Amino acid sequence: MKNSDEKMIENKGSFGALLLIGFAVLPFLYGEGILSIGDINMLGRYMSFAILALGLGLLWGYVGILSLCQFTFFCLGAYAMGMHLAHHGGPEGIIDANGWKIPACLFVVYPYDVGESSGDALVPGFWKPFWNLPLTLLLGILIPGITAFLLGYFVFRSRVRGVYFAILTQAIAVAGWLVFCRNDVMLCGTNGLTRFDVIAPAESLHTFNPVVAKDSWIASHGASMEYDLNGDEKLDQLDYSIADVGFSLSSERVQLWLYWITLTCLFGSYLLCQWIVKSRLGKVLLAIRDDEPTLHFFGYKPHVYKIFAFCIAAALAGLAGMLFVPQMKIVTPSNMEAYRSVLVVVWVAVGGRSSLGGAVLGALSVNLLYNYLTSEQDILFFKWSPDYWPILLGLLFIGVVLYLPNGLIELVDRFRKRFSSPVVAPNSSEK
Amino acid sequence: MSTMETMEDPDKEVVANSLAKYAEFRPSLVQSSIWSKKFVLFVENLSVSFDGFKAVDIPQYGIEHGELRVIIGPNGAGKTTFCDLVSGKTKPSSGRVYFDGKEITQMEESDIALSGIGRKFQTPTVFDSLTTYENLLLALPGNQGWKNNLLRPESREEVEKIDEILEKVSLIDQRQMPAKSLSHGQRQWLAISALIISKPKLLLVDEPAAGLTDLETEQTADLLLELAQEHTIVVIEHDMDFVRRLGKTVTVLNEGKVLAEGMIEEMERNEEVMEAYLGR
Repeated sequence: MKNSDEKMIENKGSFGALLLIGFAVLPFLYGEGILSIGDINMLGRYMSFAILALGLGLLWGYVGILSLCQFTFFCLGAYAMGMHLAHHGGPEGIIDANGWKIPACLFVVYPYDVGESSGDALVPGFWKPFWNLPLTLLLGILIPGITAFLLGYFVFRSRVRGVYFAILTQAIAVAGWLVFCRNDVMLCGTNGLTRFDVIAPAESLHTFNPVVAKDSWIASHGASMEYDLNGDEKLDQLDYSIADVGFSLSSERVQLWLYWITLTCLFGSYLLCQWIVKSRLGKVLLAIRDDEPTLHFFGYKPHVYKIFAFCIAAALAGLAGMLFVPQMKIVTPSNMEAYRSVLVVVWVAVGGRSSLGGAVLGALSVNLLYNYLTSEQDILFFKWSPDYWPILLGLLFIGVVLYLPNGLIELVDRFRKRFSSPVVAPNSSEK
Repeated sequence: MSTMETMEDPDKEVVANSLAKYAEFRPSLVQSSIWSKKFVLFVENLSVSFDGFKAVDIPQYGIEHGELRVIIGPNGAGKTTFCDLVSGKTKPSSGRVYFDGKEITQMEESDIALSGIGRKFQTPTVFDSLTTYENLLLALPGNQGWKNNLLRPESREEVEKIDEILEKVSLIDQRQMPAKSLSHGQRQWLAISALIISKPKLLLVDEPAAGLTDLETEQTADLLLELAQEHTIVVIEHDMDFVRRLGKTVTVLNEGKVLAEGMIEEMERNEEVMEAYLGR
């Protein structure tokens, strides 16, 4: 009885501490000028990685499913948001025959058929829903979620397990990367989506279409304008001005807001995962990790639960991707490379996969370390070169596996116990 | 040995008579309402082979409602395989399994479990990282869907039911302990408790006395006898003392076939059974 109570308190404590640091201390340091907006931006990005790690923490730590394609799901979300931002970004690019603007990044690598010229370029249909911001947010979570569902449905139902599943997801990560690298899938190839300018809820909240947005802009400004596409200087001017409406990604205020939003999403995701883990379903997940074959004879269908967890992890990865892109201002297929997904596993392993807090801790600490150690540092007599980073990461991983099987969170736990034990003792004696 | 077989053997007749009652039942040919009144479980022409080796080959065999049946047999006789076939862990090469008035041969393990066949494995299968209480929580009937599990916490009646059973098998002090810290005997009982709480129509209990102390074995036998008042139970066991203590009808399996059936004392007088069992 006492044990489980303690666990709860500990969670609440570290939860509160992180909340305080994230929402008060860091912005205060920024306000005092100790942290630059670049640092805040970086922390925001790492927090989006923490959301990604949280999903894997749930999947790997609680259900025992090792997925090696989490960054693929991340990129599905990232590309969704990227398409939205590219739609509303930058004055470059042209208006296609249907009056839809072709974003600059797509225009420069547009895969023309033989005999086609720039006049024949059309915005592909699957780009169009991403003009609208709420639709983008929805799709950015649904697409990875549905992908995971389909994958899980076929794989888990045919009882593919353990290392075979890991290999399969690794192959999917490689395949996804190869697909996204191609120009003719209209996702800008290896260049990736870039030239982001604004998040444009003002233009895209109600309109599902830039042509309509333009018309309504013209109407609301009292201008009646005959416009022919690409023939009119004024029209181009107008198009730029539409692009200017919204929250500029280069403004410090917007970047700070993005940080707030990411932090809020991180805690929201944490609470969601915590709720799942604490529910009866969480016990079923643990039972799957312990002994999946036996669970069948209790009348459970483990594949349903595995699909559920896989979908949650994928949806969280998609959310993380959507939060990452406006802070990174570019998304390329290099994020989908197979080693990236393995890296998530390293974060979770280093942080500790036995608890959700471990995944967050691992993602943040490894990335902050990465940030520090991939610049040149003078450490005493030793000149640290960024080239050493992969070696250090490898050693760190081996060290954690050998000496801290429960990850860094175990250190935090020991530390906390040392300090809180005198406080806990009188409480338990009262009982 | 061969001289024995050619001689007229009075025991053999007894054996044939005891098995004759199954032969008249053909669930595949008649309406289920006729046979399901008598038998809760019936298998017909059930056989399974692994790499050409016929592990189980049973023409007709059934378990009646409300009985406690003990299945014994030498190693490799197909006792556990029979359980596997009934509970859906292994799919038969041919033949059918009927349970509670319907055919379950091709159903998934989880559906078979939901339709009312509970199973305890040879090694006690409990979920190590869950507490004793949580192990039983998972076994509660009617909550196997994911939505229920996510949205509905356990009700007070369910908690009381779990505590009642924990009290009965004296695991109440270990209520919040992770199952991995339980002793072997406690794990056996936890596995049996999980089986009881799931309220199956038929319990398949595979070697409940394996690795238990004498005292625990006695207690387990008493527990099963108590359960037999409300449940239909099939027990697979090696331990002859345990089987004697149960004192119920025994079915002897040998080389995948039903060899004989009767009370344990009869079986011990039966030459053929003793030959198979002791390898004489």
